[in-house]
Parts: sequence; C-alpha cells; structure tokens
Amino acid sequence: MKKILVTLLFLLFGTVANADCNIKSGSINILANDFPALRTLVETAKECKGSADFKVTHSAEHNKIAVPALTANPSEFSVRVAANSSIVPLMNADLIRPMNDLVKKYGKGIQESQLITIDGKVMAVAFMANTQHLYVRTDVLKENGIAIPKTYEEVVAAAEKIRAAGKMKYPYAAAYKAGWNLAEEFVNMYIGHGGEFFKDGGAQPNINNAKGVATLNMLKKLADLSNPDYLTHDSEAIKVEWESGNVAIMTLWASRSGTLLDDEGDAKITAATKLVAPATVGGGNIPAATLWWDGFTLAKNRSDADAEASFRAMAHAASSKDMVAKAADQAVWLVEGFVPGPKSVGVIEAVKMGAKPYPMLPQMGLMHGALGSEIVEFLQGNESAEQALKDVEAAYITKAKEQGFL
Amino acid sequence: MPNRSFFWFFFPAGLAMILFIGLPIISTGIQSFYAQHDQILIEVKKCDPFGCKTSVVVDQEATSKIKEEKPLGKFNGFGTYIDRNHLASDQMSEFWSESKSVGEFIGKVGNLPFYKALVFTLTYCVIVTPCVLLLGFIIALSLNAISRKIRGPLIFGTILPMIVTPLVGSLVLFWMIDAEGIIGANLQILMDDPYLSVKSSKALTWITIIIYGVWHHSPFAFVVFYAALQTVPQEPLEASIIDGASRFQRVKHIVLPHIYPVVTFVALISLMDNFRVFEPIIGFSAEGSAQSLSWLIYDNLVNEEVILFGSAAATSIMTIVGISIILTPVLLRTWKEFRTNR
Repeated sequence: MKKILVTLLFLLFGTVANADCNIKSGSINILANDFPALRTLVETAKECKGSADFKVTHSAEHNKIAVPALTANPSEFSVRVAANSSIVPLMNADLIRPMNDLVKKYGKGIQESQLITIDGKVMAVAFMANTQHLYVRTDVLKENGIAIPKTYEEVVAAAEKIRAAGKMKYPYAAAYKAGWNLAEEFVNMYIGHGGEFFKDGGAQPNINNAKGVATLNMLKKLADLSNPDYLTHDSEAIKVEWESGNVAIMTLWASRSGTLLDDEGDAKITAATKLVAPATVGGGNIPAATLWWDGFTLAKNRSDADAEASFRAMAHAASSKDMVAKAADQAVWLVEGFVPGPKSVGVIEAVKMGAKPYPMLPQMGLMHGALGSEIVEFLQGNESAEQALKDVEAAYITKAKEQGFL
Repeated sequence: MPNRSFFWFFFPAGLAMILFIGLPIISTGIQSFYAQHDQILIEVKKCDPFGCKTSVVVDQEATSKIKEEKPLGKFNGFGTYIDRNHLASDQMSEFWSESKSVGEFIGKVGNLPFYKALVFTLTYCVIVTPCVLLLGFIIALSLNAISRKIRGPLIFGTILPMIVTPLVGSLVLFWMIDAEGIIGANLQILMDDPYLSVKSSKALTWITIIIYGVWHHSPFAFVVFYAALQTVPQEPLEASIIDGASRFQRVKHIVLPHIYPVVTFVALISLMDNFRVFEPIIGFSAEGSAQSLSWLIYDNLVNEEVILFGSAAATSIMTIVGISIILTPVLLRTWKEFRTNR
C-alpha cells in the first residue's frame, strides 16, 4: 500500500513539473551560440520537454553550421537560435518557417514586441537584446582626473592620457579580430557617423566616402591605443585583457558582462568595472553601436510535429517570468516581467539614444565579409583609407554579382 | 604481375578514388561555371523589438520557381574565374594602363585577393620544401651516425612534431609569440620596442608560419630518409673510406645518388602538402596578414554568412591546376628516369 502511495506521489509530481507544456511527441534539436544567457534559455526550454526527444548544440561556430545543417531535408536541427544578422541567410535560402499559427495556438505568454515579422509572417521570436557599449575602470579614470567618456573622441583623449601617465601601455580594447569582429566594429562606427551602406535602397555599395574615411581613421586611432596583437583579439581575448587589469576602457557586448563581473578574478578590478552607454562619434547624436536581438527560429525542413514540440518548449522559455527573474543579470531579456539591473545599462541607454538595429538586408552579409578582410591592410598601415574602401567595394561587388544581387 | 590480376588488385582502391575524389572534382568543376540566379527582391514591412520599417527581402516564391527550373544556377562560363576575386583579368589590364612603373603594377596586383594568396602560398612552398628536405636529411644522417643505444628515444623525440595535431602545435607557438608570451615579450625587450607585435606584423607572421611549417614537416622527410639510409650498401662506403674520401664526399657521391628516388618522392609529397597550407593560418589567427589558396576556399565557404559555392569551386580548380604545374618538372624527371631505366 505504501509503495503504491509513493509511486502515485511521484507520478503526481512528475506531471506537475511538466504540466504547462505537456508535449507528448516529436523531437527537439537546438542550434545556438555559446554564452551564459543562451544556456539558461535552453535549460528553461528543457524543463518542459515532456516526452519529446531533446538535444542541443551550443557552438561559437554556429554561423558556419547553420545553413548547411538546415538545408538538409530533414534538417539536423529543429530550432536555430539566431540574431538579426544570422537570420538573413536562413531567410535568403528559405530555410525557416513562419509560425503565426503556432504563436496563436501556444504563444500566450509571448509579447507582441517579441515577434519578428516579415510582411506579417512571424519568422522569429526574440527573447533578448544586445549591443556593444563602453566598459570603464572607474578607479583608473578617477586617478587621472578623467570623466566617463561619451564620445569616441573622448575615449581616444582619455586613453592617450592614461598611456602618457605611464599607467597602462594599451589602455583601450575592442574585438578587432580580422574577419567578422573587425567588420562589426566598422559597421558600428560607420553607423555612428550617419553612414548608409547601400545606395538608396538598392544593392550598390556606398561606403567609399568621407564618412567611410572618418570611420577608418577613428578605428585606426583606437587600434593604436590597443594591444598590438589586436587583429587576433576576439571578445573572449579582450575580456581576458580586462580581467588581467591591462585595459581601462573597452567596447564589448552587453551579453558578455556576466562572466566579467562574477566573483572569479581580481575583486578590485571587478569592483571598479562600470558599464556605461555606448559612445557617439564625429559629433553625431546616435551611438556608434548597433542593436541586436537574439531569438529562435524554426527549421522548415522538419516535420510539423517536431516544429510544434520545438515551438512549445522554446515559447515556454521565451515567456518564462521565472527565468528572467532568476537570470536577470545574464542578459537584457525582452520577456515580460524583466526588471533591468545595472548590467542592462548599456542596452537601455543605447535604445534611449536612438541606436539603430543591425541592418537586416539580404546582401549585408556579403558587405560584412568584404569589410572583415579588406580593411586589415589599412590598419596595418600598408594602405590608404580610400584604397581600402575601394577594395571593400570591389570585393563586395564581385561577390554580389556572383550571388545575383547586382 | 599479369594485367588481369593487377586490375582486380587495383579495382577497390580505384573505385574508391573515383567515387570520393574523381566525382567530387568533376562536380566542383561544373559548379565553378555557375553563379547564383539573379535575386528577386521585394519590399516588405519588417518589425522587430526595435520598431518597424520597410525594407527588402528575397522573394521566395519567385526564387523557388526559378530554382526548380535550373537548380545549378545561372551559367557563368569562365565569369567566376576572371572576376576580381580570382584571376581579375579586367583589373589587370586596367592596372597595366594606369601604372607608371612595373613596380607599381606589381604592387596593385599584389593587392588583389587571389594574387595575394598565391604569393603567400608560393613563398611558403618555395622556402619550406627545400628547408624540410635539407633538415630532414641532416637529422637522418646524424641520427644514423650515433650509438644505437640512444637512437630509439631520439627518433621518438624527432618525430614528435608530426604526432602533435597541427592545430595544437600552431596554437602553442601562437601563445608563445603573444605580446605577453615568452617569445613575444622577449622580442620586445630585445628590440627595445614596446609596441612590437609578431602577430600584427606581416613579415613576422610569415616568418612564424614558415618556421612552424618547417618544424611540422621535417619529421616526415626524416623518417623516409632514415629508412632509405638503412639500405645504403656498406661495401662502396668502406671502399671509399680506404680511398681516403671525406665524410662530405661519401655523402655526396655514394649516399645521395643511392637515395635519390626517395628524395624525389619526399619533394613531391612536400610540395603538394605545402601548396595546400591551411591549418597554421587558422591556428595563428593570421588571416589578416597571410592568406593561402586553401584559406580562400575556406573563407568563401564559411566566413561569409552567404556561401559562395561558385567562387570556392573556381579557386579549388585553380589550386588543382597550380599543384599540377608545380609538380610537372618533378614528374617529367621521374618519367625520364623511368624510360632510361627500361
């Protein structure tokens, strides 16, 4: 009798934990980038997997895997956690499915503002926002009598002062690794200068102009104040530099702040680290930064049952008040019930200052790729700014022609 | 061996080669003549958490219709081969008429991605291959001369670079040359320049990759040469010692001619390997300063968010052509020797 009672109790608890989703069939396989907030989200989704199969791949190489993996039929993954830029190749190749019906049926907790709609079709559900903004060491700035910089011109002046004082050799850091990261810094700075990447809505490039030159010159000034190995430094590498106390001002993703401010490492540095608004540049009033969302998309080449199971699990996470309360310092959640903390300052300020979202255009990936490899020689001092921009446009045009955009 | 039994011996290997090497090369060749269809863009309203705006997307309905009719894409002939990112014929003639001197012309051509990669690939090949041959031979000779007791552990130590995974090997060196690594920091002190960076200087990056290449490939040459040295007949060597030949003369007139076919073999393999240099560029994060042909292919396939199949295919085919051209002299020589031997 006792045994039966215990079993019954177990059964009862078992059903309570999964009650809100109650997924009975299908399989869920998620592809996502690798940072703490995404791990939390996926863990939350797993809570309500029910009897569905559940697999996840967290990888920093997610961009390289996504298109081939989703092109296969049936596709390897049922869910791809994407951002403004990485959703574009998926849409270009028609690899993700609209989820209006699923949102209507199962998306009760999802807010209207979380939906990414293209021509009325819901292609993704966003759950967090991200941007790159300034991080400063208040102790170093105070010691040298420097106010918190608001523009990149002030960043340069401040870094030069810190270097002149003999305090630090390389006071500034940003992810300048040749390739995607470097191109992203260009995109930020160019948008900060008020630049447009393409001529009036078409696919013709439009960066070889005064704004482009000013952008490159600013990047070069900042690079000269960075560790000389900057062309090999990604977000992780500059975080290490920061934690070793080599850097006083840094431009970094908001989503990376979590591990920067945890208990590990030098307590003095952690205490003096402050997250502030992104800087403007060249007298502009919008920040030299782009706004990003991270959201989930559903693979097209996967059965409807899998899509449904995947949506229900992901929607549970993307609307979980419990998760955003517990992981409030991991990200700026777009989920209802999120109370922004001190780590959300960067993103909130960026939105207030009118920062622009990263351009979600079909040909933007080609421009980004061309930037990442062609502006390196300018930073190395082997090429003029005009020549570098001319090279970017030429490389972009060639690729855009091959892809049928021009 | 009768031709018939040779055929059946060779058949499984041949079949695998056709299936896994031959057919993919043919498919790559075909792919290189095609480009993507013209993109049909439509203006739509896009909304995200930061607001709504009108902008363009690819019209999937129209695109899928065209794709169904012609799945390979738009026929482009040699269009991809001669565009700016490959042979750049238009740019070449433009530069030629623009430039005042040959030096200026070469400078401009060296700025084009394909030629930039070709210059690095060839430099790497031309320096690393002879160094590997020489170093491998010297190590083999010296190890062959020392006492048998310590030879075993020494051989193991020598082939260690080949056992270490290329990526791991290059990462170890990468950390050592960091501005705060043991080599990087000491170089800064030695040169008295706090801003010296091995990783951001093009010349130093090239040197690092080349040294790494020699370090990684020498054991292969050593192993083959060492094996060949065991077959050198002792009688002529002893006779030459009696005749008063110096060590150098013995190596030059007896050892080298004897192992000559093996040298050709190692040279062939090294050339092929070095022409496809790739891992160290990734391991050293050296994309900014050094690009090889293989890296260009990789870049076209993964670095862009859009995959450029046509571009990658064209570069692949040109790499195959390049390897064939480089190997021609060695192959011709082997063929001649083969004929005279008969």
